[in-house]
Amino acid sequence: MNSSIGKAYVSTASSSAGWKAGDAAAAADQFPAGLRVLVVDDDPTCLMILEKMLRTCLYDVTKCNRAETALLMLRENKNGFDIVISDVHMPDMDGFKLLEHIGLEMDLPVIMMSADDGKHVVMKGVTHGACDYLIKPVRIEALKNIWQHVVRKRKNEWKDFEQSGSVEEGDRQLKQSDDADYSSSANEGSWKSSKRRKDDGDETDERDDTSTLKKPRVVWSVELHQQFVAAVNQLGIDNAVPKKILELMNVPGLTRENVASHLQKYRLYLRRLSGVSQHQSNLNNSLMSPQGATFGPLSSLNGLDLQTLAATGQLPAQSLATLQAVGLGRPTGKSGIPMPLVDQRNIFSFENPKLRIGEGQQQHVNNNKQMNLLQGIPTTMEPKQLAGLHHTMQSMGNMNMQVASHGSQNSQNNPLLMQIVQPQARGQMINDSSLSHAPRLLSPMGQPILANGIAANVSTKNGIQENIRAPSYNPVLQTSSMSNFPMNHTSELPGNSFPLGSTSGISSLTPKVAFQEDVNSDIKGSMGFMPGYDIFNDLNQHKPQNWELQNIGMTFDVSQHSNILQGNHNDSQSVLVQQGFSSSQVNGQNRSASVISKAMFSVGDGTGHVNAQNGNQHLNTLLVDGTVRVKSETVADATPTNLYPGDDLMSALLKQQDVIAPAEHEFHFDGYSLHNIPE
Amino acid sequence: MDRNRLKHQVASMRSSLFDQGYLDEPFIQLEELQDDDNPNFVQEIVTLFYTDSARLIQNIEHALNSRRIDFDKLDDYMHQFKGSSSSIGAKKVTNECTVFREYCSAENAEGCIRSFQQVKQEYAILRRKLEVYLQMVRQAAVSRTT
Repeated sequence: MNSSIGKAYVSTASSSAGWKAGDAAAAADQFPAGLRVLVVDDDPTCLMILEKMLRTCLYDVTKCNRAETALLMLRENKNGFDIVISDVHMPDMDGFKLLEHIGLEMDLPVIMMSADDGKHVVMKGVTHGACDYLIKPVRIEALKNIWQHVVRKRKNEWKDFEQSGSVEEGDRQLKQSDDADYSSSANEGSWKSSKRRKDDGDETDERDDTSTLKKPRVVWSVELHQQFVAAVNQLGIDNAVPKKILELMNVPGLTRENVASHLQKYRLYLRRLSGVSQHQSNLNNSLMSPQGATFGPLSSLNGLDLQTLAATGQLPAQSLATLQAVGLGRPTGKSGIPMPLVDQRNIFSFENPKLRIGEGQQQHVNNNKQMNLLQGIPTTMEPKQLAGLHHTMQSMGNMNMQVASHGSQNSQNNPLLMQIVQPQARGQMINDSSLSHAPRLLSPMGQPILANGIAANVSTKNGIQENIRAPSYNPVLQTSSMSNFPMNHTSELPGNSFPLGSTSGISSLTPKVAFQEDVNSDIKGSMGFMPGYDIFNDLNQHKPQNWELQNIGMTFDVSQHSNILQGNHNDSQSVLVQQGFSSSQVNGQNRSASVISKAMFSVGDGTGHVNAQNGNQHLNTLLVDGTVRVKSETVADATPTNLYPGDDLMSALLKQQDVIAPAEHEFHFDGYSLHNIPE
Repeated sequence: MDRNRLKHQVASMRSSLFDQGYLDEPFIQLEELQDDDNPNFVQEIVTLFYTDSARLIQNIEHALNSRRIDFDKLDDYMHQFKGSSSSIGAKKVTNECTVFREYCSAENAEGCIRSFQQVKQEYAILRRKLEVYLQMVRQAAVSRTT
């Protein structure tokens, strides 16, 4: 396999890159034949064997021997693949990191493989969001059924979509019929075609298309989200009812249900920000309105941020400022906030050129949009940064948006960053100019991650370079809110440069940002960083921080939440983060944290196949375990249904919330059986 | 040579390779993957395996010979080697790799060196046998056309 970027991969199928709507129907008939698989393995022998096996299964195979190349391919052609199979041990990038990236940016199901069948490794797969884990040598029989992960994921997303908000009768019917046709190729086909259409940029058109069996997801792009937030702000959070919001937004094709489900998520997000841990949700107004939606694609926002915020109750303006500052990379003034270990690396190093990654690599990314990732308020913001946050907060609001726009490219991924800036936050926006840099941050991810702001901040934090790069982007809470990315990422985050920052950076920030004393502690573990976005990190070649802590934790527990927030830097915190993150990352499903419980269980199951069925476990029990990464997926609960399928940000946000809040939802892993999901 | 006889020889050698534990189930998978589109698939894979193994073996040698042995790196190389050998069903080689990794994780340099000798030996034996076997397979295939 060649190593040059340009032709680093070999496509064995002619149509792997060009999947047009027209092909969808044809493909649907033959499904799973034609499933577009990307297989990544540095071992040439294994790679060749796998390729041959997959082709024998009639899949459309593209092979790649380097993780970086694989990411490039995925980014260049976001809709070009249905599923990814990757080895765990690779020289250029850890397979789990790749897994996170993919989950965050593309929200594709990822299967991990390894000769290593140790429980710990398999568990890692689970916590990082792999939808399956295969032990090498892989048998062809194991590959024959990988299509189920694709279908399952789609189904989950659809189901979440359906569950969000009120569901009309027609929807119910659709849903039921969908269930019946769960694995029918026709369904898959129509799903794909609708997905395709959506990808073409019609975010809301298909929503009302009742002729398709499945409901297309609404992609809450940055702009759309901004409009939403602006409408909510205008109405006032208490008065913001879907109908009125819809009217204000005046977006053709958008339905009340779409708005309702989005609102639900948003509320959860806000609640989380305001300290759900205390079980208060008074975030009402946390929106930063000045700029309108401050949500930016937060893909990477760390859930932590939110959590941290939550943990500490309302995030004091100062904290926010700090957070933001942190996120932005600006020193906020309090230097005391200990950044969770992650943060060194995590802090987004916006300055990090990696962000640029977006630039270079993601052509599709909108560079022109500012990425305001802001997504979460970095939890580990240093005091001074917190202060900085203050002023930036306001701008942050905006930032999100910008970022969001950036991220929107990926219709699938749903850039939406919602978060952000904590409205209540005290609006400070970190104005650090450093933000300027961020432009592309999101690109890779599709969701603009705070990138700018965060990156900037992040770096400033503990050792992070301050380069707040994000220019115009106000890092909106970089902290985690968004990103709950599972910290478990092996902290690739380079110390300072937070790659891309954007989300990842941001995420990291969050955890780290300790916005106030309280926060500090939280941040520690929390890693808001987006572990997933190590891309940047990778680029930077930084040695990732050890995210281990973070991610593993999974153990969310509402009660723990406070603990976590309080700063124990431990895995549990990461759990929080993870929650937010994982959802986005792994499967993009935004489900509530309940998943965690599921996750936990499945892990126990062993080999690699995680099945969330047993899920619903008690998070609490698991939580402390810290090893399970909550993949936020799923939570099939009625509450937060995934408003945006694939909207990682939102999910991330929500997830965080979930973490904090008592797990009430049903969790289910993404890609795992949905058994627990209430129908 | 008489085609039938060749075929018998091939079958017999194949059986013994499995019976004696040189080859394992994954090898059968490779054989099954061979088809008209890839008539030499098994040979291609095996050749690829040789090339890759040569590189890994060299790396391991080098790592073992260094003044300060880096066990992590060693383990990494051996993990890779084990992965590819298990993918082709090289059972004995894979088993020796496992033994090596145990010594490696115990940071037992001498144990590593000794077991690496075993790995190399098994690898050499397998390679020889496979080469003979595959050549016979080719001959039998060719003989069909005569």
